Amino acid sequence: MAIKKFAVATYLDEEVLFPAVKKVRRSGYKLHDVYTPFAVHGLDVAIGHKETDLHIAGFIYGLCGTSTAVGFISWIYTSDWPQNYGGKPHFALPAWIPITFELTVLFAAVGMVLTFCYLNQIMPGVKKHVFHPRQSDDTFVVALELNGKNSEEEAIAFLKSTGATETSIQIAESSWWYGRWDKKEAYETMTHI
Amino acid sequence: MNDRFVIPGRLKNMSRAFISIGVLTLIMGIIFFLTKNNNIDKTRFWAVLLQDSVFFTMITAVSIFIQAAANLAHGSWIVAYRRVPEAIGANVWVFGTIASVILLIIVFVFRVGPEHVNPIYEWVTPGNDKILNGKSAFLNQGMYLGFTLVTVALWSYFGRKFRSMSIAQQSAPKNDTKIFWKVFRLSGLFLLVYALTQMSTAPWLWIMSIQAHWYSTLFSWYTFASSFVSGMSLILLWVVYLKNQGNLELVTKEHMHDLGKFMFAFSIFWTYLWFSQYMLIWYANIPDETVYFKLRQQGPYSIIFYSNFIINFFMPILILMARPSKRNYFTVTFMAMIIIFGHWLDFYQMIMPGPLGSDWQIGFYEIGIFIGFAGVLIYCVSKTLAKTNLIPENNLFLKETMIHIS
Repeated sequence: MAIKKFAVATYLDEEVLFPAVKKVRRSGYKLHDVYTPFAVHGLDVAIGHKETDLHIAGFIYGLCGTSTAVGFISWIYTSDWPQNYGGKPHFALPAWIPITFELTVLFAAVGMVLTFCYLNQIMPGVKKHVFHPRQSDDTFVVALELNGKNSEEEAIAFLKSTGATETSIQIAESSWWYGRWDKKEAYETMTHI
Repeated sequence: MNDRFVIPGRLKNMSRAFISIGVLTLIMGIIFFLTKNNNIDKTRFWAVLLQDSVFFTMITAVSIFIQAAANLAHGSWIVAYRRVPEAIGANVWVFGTIASVILLIIVFVFRVGPEHVNPIYEWVTPGNDKILNGKSAFLNQGMYLGFTLVTVALWSYFGRKFRSMSIAQQSAPKNDTKIFWKVFRLSGLFLLVYALTQMSTAPWLWIMSIQAHWYSTLFSWYTFASSFVSGMSLILLWVVYLKNQGNLELVTKEHMHDLGKFMFAFSIFWTYLWFSQYMLIWYANIPDETVYFKLRQQGPYSIIFYSNFIINFFMPILILMARPSKRNYFTVTFMAMIIIFGHWLDFYQMIMPGPLGSDWQIGFYEIGIFIGFAGVLIYCVSKTLAKTNLIPENNLFLKETMIHIS
């Protein structure tokens, strides 16, 4: 949740994008993110993303589902409202396994979807700054985060040298916000250089 | 690229030692069990041979199935190490022959007691049993002979055919798709064959008919799941071994990850079928059906029943769930051995309760015969592997398998 300054470059081909991303990572500039119109295999490795911990979260959600199901069903059938179903014991574990399985999957799935949305900052009604209108269409967009020491001109020149077709300096909110697009007073549109 | 596998002396000696242990155990079995006038000992002698030969035939036949499935799906992930399933599949005929000899001896020759009954396959000598006589249209010696021979012959044929066609691709003109489409069509045919044998008739006749009064409609699927997961573990063990010898340079952690995922996923699949069979019988509680689990779960086999479940479900799900453990050579090798042992135990508890009842034991004989079969497997497969280039040159998916990311 902060307004930051970005140097933005667009590329028309992933064969140009990959060497450019590598150069950016070597140059010392802070890479904010790369936006692509489709999933590019190997780009996560090139950006330097760590392996996600989403599956560990999924495991924990699943365990929550298992214990919720077993705890709740066993409480109902053994102490709250014990009844005789076909002469089965009150603690009839095999009969509960399908429900337990379903609840495990449900908790893991819903929990992982929500966690995924949170990690990627996507959610219905939530806004994020769009660096380039064609970033989900046919253009690859690289955004560098500039700090006080970086010179804008040098960053632009560097991006141009990596084969960028368009470059710009943008001052924008770096993370997501809830509400209207124009709610942020500091939201500035592109200042092309 | 040329990648030749030279059988190391240690492996050769090991396989020979294993085979000698197996032969020695067999001789001791003949002396201790077969010549005694004790029905249980005689039954144990044949039942153990049946269990191991059927187990090894089925887990090696999985290699043909996975090749066919990958061919049909245009899978490139298997190409880096496809010589391994090819070599295992090309040796199905060895185990198939051993198994059919043992099975046919049991069905046609083996009788005990003054009434000359068959203690393993009750339906061979049904007497006045109304249920068994009612099933005699399918469960009879002629059907058994026919299905066994056809199954083994077809598996042997396809196993050898896939390997020879894959080798023929090596000397074919570059990017020639003629052999590829021929293999494609044969793969579809093999899936049909496999569905009618391993996924239905073979487990019915070879294993389920041991308790012929009892039946379960998903038994063959259950047996298939059991053999599939151990077959994939077997492929993985060979890949790891060859990798340690410095062969199979195209195989990376990505390919190991794939095999690990197969072991993990199909352990869960096995559990799913195991539970589906168990829960319906437990819930319906019909004596005809519960007789199967009465012996296994509450009877003398309960220790095998529960350890089977722990080894084949809890260990894979807990150990193989994390991504790093599927990419670690030690964990996957360890788990592959555990899974093969676990499913051998699973076959044991499918087969033994019928003929042996409460007189079971896992002693020198069971373990020795298993080691003997493992020796035959190591000997034959390593010999086949050493015959050709381990990199399937000229394969249409070679480039794709090199850049494969799981």
